[in-house]
Amino acid sequence: MTLQSLLTWLEQISLVTAIRESTSLFPWLESIHVLAITTVVGTIAMVDLRLLGLASRERPVSELMAQVLPFTRGAFVVAAITGSLLFASHASDYLHKAPFVAKLFLLGTALINIVVFHFLTARDIRTWDTASRLPIAVKCAGGLSLAVWVAVVACGRWTGFV
Amino acid sequence: MTTLQVFSDWLARTPVSVLIQTTDWVIPAVQTVHILCIAVVISAALMIHLRSLGLAMKGHTGGALAARFLPWVWWALGFLLLSGAMLITAEPGRSLTNPVFQLKMLLLILAISLTLLYQQPLRKDPVYWEKTPARRANAGIIAILSLILWTSIVFAGRWIAYAIGT
Repeated sequence: MTLQSLLTWLEQISLVTAIRESTSLFPWLESIHVLAITTVVGTIAMVDLRLLGLASRERPVSELMAQVLPFTRGAFVVAAITGSLLFASHASDYLHKAPFVAKLFLLGTALINIVVFHFLTARDIRTWDTASRLPIAVKCAGGLSLAVWVAVVACGRWTGFV
Repeated sequence: MTTLQVFSDWLARTPVSVLIQTTDWVIPAVQTVHILCIAVVISAALMIHLRSLGLAMKGHTGGALAARFLPWVWWALGFLLLSGAMLITAEPGRSLTNPVFQLKMLLLILAISLTLLYQQPLRKDPVYWEKTPARRANAGIIAILSLILWTSIVFAGRWIAYAIGT
């Protein structure tokens, strides 16, 4: 199956057709998507700013992550579901938009950054959990995350303009 | 023609509006800043109000969380006002006379008023909202109303684009 036939098949799913043909389903999904993505970006930024040593310095990193990241994960699932449905309704159009493709690569980068942070960088979290100035690798993870999520929002918005 | 309509048409012909309209990267860039500031407000409001409901940030007092997160809310609201004003200047016909935009502004005034109502007693007493069952219940009501309002504001923001000329 070629990519184009896959996209065409995707666009023919009845739920997806309903989203495309309804005048209100698309904006409702967009609204939920914006709410979810602002929650993802805002909550993950709290952790990123802590890793960069710019906010919540008096709180342990592990405590902040435990309190905030469940909301990030929940909101990301909602953003991914609504985003997939919005994508499927005009699948081949979106794949021809550069900002949309960039957004997918940025999301991949964010995912890799999270995996590297949790499985490598944060292995010795006990040694810096309560420190206000963190190791350079930790700061890099926070800085990269913040930059990537800002770029994800920018690409998401630009997708609507091209 | 209403005064608002006249003002909207005048604004759309001002040089600054024309400049933004003809520079195609300005609107998406300003909208990106606008959304990032909304991310700050939504996440901060979520932490403050879900704590009041016992659903987040356990072990923190209301006063401590307000002191930590509300400055972010007020700063972000300042930038939202600025970026929002730029978006109105660029496309006044899309916003000022749009009923969804007008609803969004009304909801915004209510959300800001509720935030001030919640913040005010905490300045003198960080555990004000935890002292009696009645106050805890009131903080819970403020929390639910605030979260509904902020959510509605985000939704209205998206629907502005679909309600032009209605």
